[in-house]
Amino acid sequence: MSINPALQGRSYPQGDAYSVGRESIREFATAVKATHATHFDVAAAQAAGHADLLAPPTFAIIVAQRADAQLINDPDSGIDFSRVVHAEQKFTHHRPIVAGDELVAELHVDTVRAMGSGAMITTRAEISTVAGEAVATTVSAILVRGEGQ
Amino acid sequence: MNFSELAVGQEIGARTLGISRVDLIKYAGASGDFNPIHWNDRFAREVELPGVIAHGMFTMGAAVQLVTDWVGDPSAVIAYGTRFTKPVPVADLDGGPGAVVEVVGVIGALDADASTARVDLTVTLDGQKVLVKAQATVRVA
Repeated sequence: MSINPALQGRSYPQGDAYSVGRESIREFATAVKATHATHFDVAAAQAAGHADLLAPPTFAIIVAQRADAQLINDPDSGIDFSRVVHAEQKFTHHRPIVAGDELVAELHVDTVRAMGSGAMITTRAEISTVAGEAVATTVSAILVRGEGQ
Repeated sequence: MNFSELAVGQEIGARTLGISRVDLIKYAGASGDFNPIHWNDRFAREVELPGVIAHGMFTMGAAVQLVTDWVGDPSAVIAYGTRFTKPVPVADLDGGPGAVVEVVGVIGALDADASTARVDLTVTLDGQKVLVKAQATVRVA
């Protein structure tokens, strides 16, 4: 099955909120070998001016990839997840993510470019709090490999 | 850190990142990315990879620690992006990392009005770049 070119311009609404927990921040920080005290010690995070534990710079990928899953799992998209390769990723932080945040993401399919029998798809997740405060914008390019690619 | 003391071309530091299979298991659990190409050799080979490869986001997330440690504040990283150009195969070895990645950071640009520095990261495996245009924009107090 080939990639549906009509995906370009499509958007997917905010799904369930992602609750940012202290242990999730500690586990993610440990997983990316981050050692800064603001990821682990609430008092250190507060002393640095944050309401609670601070998430590492790439933590928003959790929320972004949940949003991307809406597209990848959409039967209408024609995307075979086992042939997806992450090609590019960008984060722009509007404000730091901290424990206690309730985050939602609206996903936009910005471009779909055919490449042989596969395609390069660029998505943008606009991440905000449930109250509507902008938190981060993430842009992902995924390459869906066609047959023999 | 004082903005006026920074110069384009200045190296902020370098580090060696040893990656073991358990690092990929931890990253899968912490991120929710359970794609089997990051933990199942048989599956990885079926999709024409050399074997288990690291999550691109693991490499990206670990590489930026050089920047956060240099600036001393993870929330100072206001933008960060990269292209993933080559996979990082992680061998299943006892007693040592299954891949060793080198990370070097250099100041690529300075914006005095915004008081930001762009740090360009060179991230290599066996001398070949695995991240291309890996750039972090950092607010310097």
